[in-house]
Amino acid sequence: MHRFANPAQFNRLADRILPWAKLVLAASLVYGIYLAFLGSPPDQYQGESVRIMYVHVPAAWMAMFCYLVVAGASFTEFVWRHPLAILAGKAAAPIGATFTALALITGALWGKPTWGTYWQWDGRMTSVLVLFFLYLGYMAIWRSMDEEDKAGRAASILALVGVINLPIIKFSVEWWNTLHQPASVFRLDGPTISADMLWPLFMMAIAFKAYFVLVFLYRMKLEINRRKLSVLRMSRVTG
Amino acid sequence: MTMAPQSTQDTSLSGIFFGIVKRDVRLAWSQGGTGTMALSFFLIAVTLFPFGVGPEPQILARIAPGVIWVVALLACLISLDRLYQADFEDGSLDDLALSPLGLTGVAAAKILAHWVSTVLPLVVISPVLGMLMNLPDGAYGTLLISLLVGTPALSLIGSMGAALTVSVRRGGVLLSLLVLPLYVPTLIFAVGAVDATAGLVDPTQPLALLGAASLLALVIGPFVSAQALRLSLE
Repeated sequence: MHRFANPAQFNRLADRILPWAKLVLAASLVYGIYLAFLGSPPDQYQGESVRIMYVHVPAAWMAMFCYLVVAGASFTEFVWRHPLAILAGKAAAPIGATFTALALITGALWGKPTWGTYWQWDGRMTSVLVLFFLYLGYMAIWRSMDEEDKAGRAASILALVGVINLPIIKFSVEWWNTLHQPASVFRLDGPTISADMLWPLFMMAIAFKAYFVLVFLYRMKLEINRRKLSVLRMSRVTG
Repeated sequence: MTMAPQSTQDTSLSGIFFGIVKRDVRLAWSQGGTGTMALSFFLIAVTLFPFGVGPEPQILARIAPGVIWVVALLACLISLDRLYQADFEDGSLDDLALSPLGLTGVAAAKILAHWVSTVLPLVVISPVLGMLMNLPDGAYGTLLISLLVGTPALSLIGSMGAALTVSVRRGGVLLSLLVLPLYVPTLIFAVGAVDATAGLVDPTQPLALLGAASLLALVIGPFVSAQALRLSLE
């Protein structure tokens, strides 16, 4: 793991991954959008509004996935003081917060025509909203301290405490049998969703994941370069 | 044994622990301490609700458990930002960190002191506020039990936030941003228990979950607080 603690080595690796991420993103996004809008049937009950799902569900998956990345990076930074892990958390958090906001907004827009309400305080929605707040807290604590290392470690502690929310989100639809439907894709007995809809869903999920990889690597490189710059500036000032 | 003040100091671990607790409780109730402040906030903020939503007894009875719990939570929150900050600023936290208790023990002592000095008075006065809010007669017992079982989680979770923001100037707003999302489960279980009793349903299950939340907070609270404090002491 400490092989990638060297920023130059990380940059080289990132440069090798980036073109592939772009390629996968372009291909899966174009094909996914085609499938979502034209290549899949409208739902028997929901009509055309079911197409919101192809954005909503991958965004919600990414919201949780990004938090896992932040938490994993926080753990790595906390246990091994890995110098790049702290930047990985910082890079992933705003992406996760954006996906969480996207999931909440598309969920509200989808809820209005199908459930008749933009918002209901059911377990899934409330816990995702809490996830959004956790992202905000994580980003706020990064900004609150002058010393970056301390800020990063404080944010890591918060991220690790917040991990407790992830299983709550995952199982909320089973614990509180309220408005939001239970899982229909990742189930032990196989997906209960039609294959016509599963394909565009997976295409969009791949596109979102590729988008994450792309932005994440760019943000990591940005952070590394920013740190280099501040070190250079410091050495210039102190001679 | 002499009667000099120094010799009465107990240097065993429990002696140090309760020494810190006693000191913090005294500070909280001295001039400018947080004890009276939180208590007055609790009283005033709850009395705002009948003005805000109207004085109809049924409406007040329906929202009473939630209002009392939310305001107790906020009263706890406003008293938290000084939990470690005063000791951090005047350097006594550095001293405490060197004590044989370790930072985790110190954090546990300070959390206990916070609960006893600031939160317990809120619990004691809550039946009066229940009366003001027209709480159903049968729900007083559960309200008290839920506060006794659940508020330790507020102090414990809040301590983590207070420790993370100890070196942040004007950390109060940041503290609430960090801590409030983590308070949500406690609030849900607590109000669930009181609402269950008000609706003549057995509140054992939400109370048990509330107790579980407090116990979990007890396991991680002092440890995480100590880790966070160590950051600022480095």
